[in-house]
Amino acid sequence: MSASASAAPQVPGQGARASLLRKRGDQLGDRALLGICLLAALLAAGTIFLVGYEIVHGAMPAINRFGLGFVTDTTWQPNFGRFGAGVLLFGTAVTSGIALLLAGPIAVAIGLFLTLLAPKSMGAVIGPLVELLAAIPSVILGFWGLAVLAPFVQEHVEPTLHDKLGFIPLFGEPQTTGLSVFTASLILTIMVIPIIASITRDLFRSVPSELQDGAAALGATRWEVVRGIILPTTSSGVIAACILGLGRALGEAIAVSQVIGAGSEIKANLFAPGSTLAAQIALQFPGALTELHKSALFYCAVILLVIGLIANLLAGWIGRRFSYSGAMSW
Amino acid sequence: VSGPLIPDPTGPLTPSGNLRRRQVLSRAAEGAATTAAVIALAALALVLWTVVSHGAPVINFDFLFKGYPEGVGPMLLGTVAISVYATLIAMPIGVLVALYISEYSGAKGAGALKLILDLLNGLPSIILGLFAFVFIVEAQKKQTAFAGCVALAIIELPLIARGSQEVLQLVPKHLREASDALGVARWRTVLTVVLPTALGGIVTSTVLAVARAAGETAPLILTTSSFDPQNFSINPFEALPNVPTWIFKVSEEGNVEGFNEAWGMALVLVTIILVTSLGARALLARSKRKLSSS
Repeated sequence: MSASASAAPQVPGQGARASLLRKRGDQLGDRALLGICLLAALLAAGTIFLVGYEIVHGAMPAINRFGLGFVTDTTWQPNFGRFGAGVLLFGTAVTSGIALLLAGPIAVAIGLFLTLLAPKSMGAVIGPLVELLAAIPSVILGFWGLAVLAPFVQEHVEPTLHDKLGFIPLFGEPQTTGLSVFTASLILTIMVIPIIASITRDLFRSVPSELQDGAAALGATRWEVVRGIILPTTSSGVIAACILGLGRALGEAIAVSQVIGAGSEIKANLFAPGSTLAAQIALQFPGALTELHKSALFYCAVILLVIGLIANLLAGWIGRRFSYSGAMSW
Repeated sequence: VSGPLIPDPTGPLTPSGNLRRRQVLSRAAEGAATTAAVIALAALALVLWTVVSHGAPVINFDFLFKGYPEGVGPMLLGTVAISVYATLIAMPIGVLVALYISEYSGAKGAGALKLILDLLNGLPSIILGLFAFVFIVEAQKKQTAFAGCVALAIIELPLIARGSQEVLQLVPKHLREASDALGVARWRTVLTVVLPTALGGIVTSTVLAVARAAGETAPLILTTSSFDPQNFSINPFEALPNVPTWIFKVSEEGNVEGFNEAWGMALVLVTIILVTSLGARALLARSKRKLSSS
């Protein structure tokens, strides 16, 4: 560039014009790059609103027909044009709830294991392996659930639980196939564990070591360090991680529809088949009988969308509101 | 943990009373945490072992490359084609969004965009499938792989954008400043200094996103499920055969004769996805380390 500047005086006018041209070009280039970047950003932002609009639009006939009563109505009879999401909401809540109850403690324990117990080289192998669990496609996990887990659950787990704990209505009479709310919950548990485990591991690593060392120097055992220092300082992040995991479980359609057995009643018995909002869409939409049927499935998607957005916003809000020193990384 | 240097012969050698109780509790907690890790690894091992043991006997040259019913070539080809098209849509947009966040938007705009990307990432894939169905399939009145690709692109977009943006933020400040000091225009700096430095991380983020999208099923069963399994094709404007939809159909029909084929396809898909995501993860970690140390 210094060469062109020193060359300019020898050919008056030409260098000035060239640099003017280059300046114009650069201005244009700057504007163009900013323009397409902005366009892409607007497109990404617009997508989420467009998706929301199209889903609500598709649900309008059902919303007009059934109103808010749809949420609590428990009849789903496509042949008679009667639809209610009560059974599906119940199934969604039960499967996701059990998955969270099982996966939450296991995943937090894995996070603690990776931060405190595992030697560094071992943790470097086990951490990614646990995350690989999340990389297995849900359709394959569901297929495994159908072909391997369901028969095992039906032959071994359900009879045992029924014999020992049958006095609790949850552990009622096992059904013939092993396709049940219980099996679906187990599959969801496997899907949720890696999500919560990888977030909580990063959280636990962010706890200042001075605090932990201080507690240990005062004679605290490892468990007391966890109980007194690590968990209290990260509790909000752990809750946010669990909510994110819950959001994932609520929206899972494929794996659940493969193993839940497509039941249509609310039952206390976990060993009976059921259905969830997302699974119902996956199972019935391709063969929907009428426009109203389709629209009712869109209504289910609206409910799912609202719950999912609330869960994600809540997790983000808790993460930002209560995190200290930028512990949240997502 | 270690005892005193010179043990007192009269004192107790092992903790007693309250300390003993506390140590037992701590040991129990350690045991529980280790068990939890073992449970997760066992689940992974069980799933993978089943897929390998059922899938491996089915796989041979004919299975992979011949048309249906001798092989499942069309399904594998279709899945590859769909993943490629989805990435062709998602990658440019994702990288541009990442550039906008890292180079142009202020802190406020960046926060809002990141929130939107996280919300997009949290959308259940079945909802994106419904969206692609009304937006494209219903408008065109026929199923197309293109509609599925749009849904998959929406799944990939936030992953590519967030991943690239994280890498772009690691590009050392002094590189930008040196470029500014030479009087180079902003757009030239971005295209010739910033992007090439971050390219490795951007590509690996994209590969991770592809690995995630390749196994997605929910959007495909709504947009490209009515295919002819004998149709070797990569034309995006018809329904393309693909692996996830096929496995889903087999398990929905409960047709046990089709299970072997499904296991074979599952093995191919899982192998590709796990190998690419493991490799991409390692590369991404390496390029991030390199960037932040320079």
